[in-house]
Amino acid sequence: MLVLSRKKNESIIIGDDIEIVIVDVKGDQAKIGIKAPRSISVHRAEVYEEIQAENRKAAATKEIAGLGNLFSKFKKK
Amino acid sequence: MKINTSRFGELEVDENEVVTFSEGIFGFETDKKFIIFNTEDDNPLMWMQSLTDMDLAFVIIRPFEFNPNYSLNLADKDVADIDLESPDDSDIFAIVVVPDDPSQMTANLQGPIVINTKKNIGKQVISTNPRHKLKHFILEEMQKFLG
Repeated sequence: MLVLSRKKNESIIIGDDIEIVIVDVKGDQAKIGIKAPRSISVHRAEVYEEIQAENRKAAATKEIAGLGNLFSKFKKK
Repeated sequence: MKINTSRFGELEVDENEVVTFSEGIFGFETDKKFIIFNTEDDNPLMWMQSLTDMDLAFVIIRPFEFNPNYSLNLADKDVADIDLESPDDSDIFAIVVVPDDPSQMTANLQGPIVINTKKNIGKQVISTNPRHKLKHFILEEMQKFLG
């Protein structure tokens, strides 16, 4: 992994059209600005990990037969 | 095409109903072909069975079933990835976790499944709406909105 040191308000360019700006640094927290085309998706890494973990939990379900009953009391309205 | 699944036994799959997820599902990136079906008419919970891994199936639900106010803003990239021309051609599902006490089942609205129903292309997207959480208690929300 390439590691660069940057100060507040300095930035990094990736490719032709992505710019990462260090907006602010306070203690162990860095505020980062990202300029990128709308075709690039940008998310916190934890979001991916949490969705992966949730998907794995979901995949453990074996049976849902009869669970329609849990919904039926709402359907009567 | 016939497949032999661990949950449903032998299933006859209509090739025209196979949905292709070119990026797979988060955590299951090698599973790119799924079939969606319900097993009971009166049950809003449906199944999404992998055609690659016969042991892999997810329970899914349309968010509208428990939240009539649900809406999703798709990122340009997601729209392009599933080749969506009109919102009318889309269907949205949330993956459901069913715990030992099924009344506590939750739907994941942070990572919904979006499908282009015209072209049968699907993608698990990430919602940037902060109100869309990893766990929405389905029956609790139904009570709130529909009770």
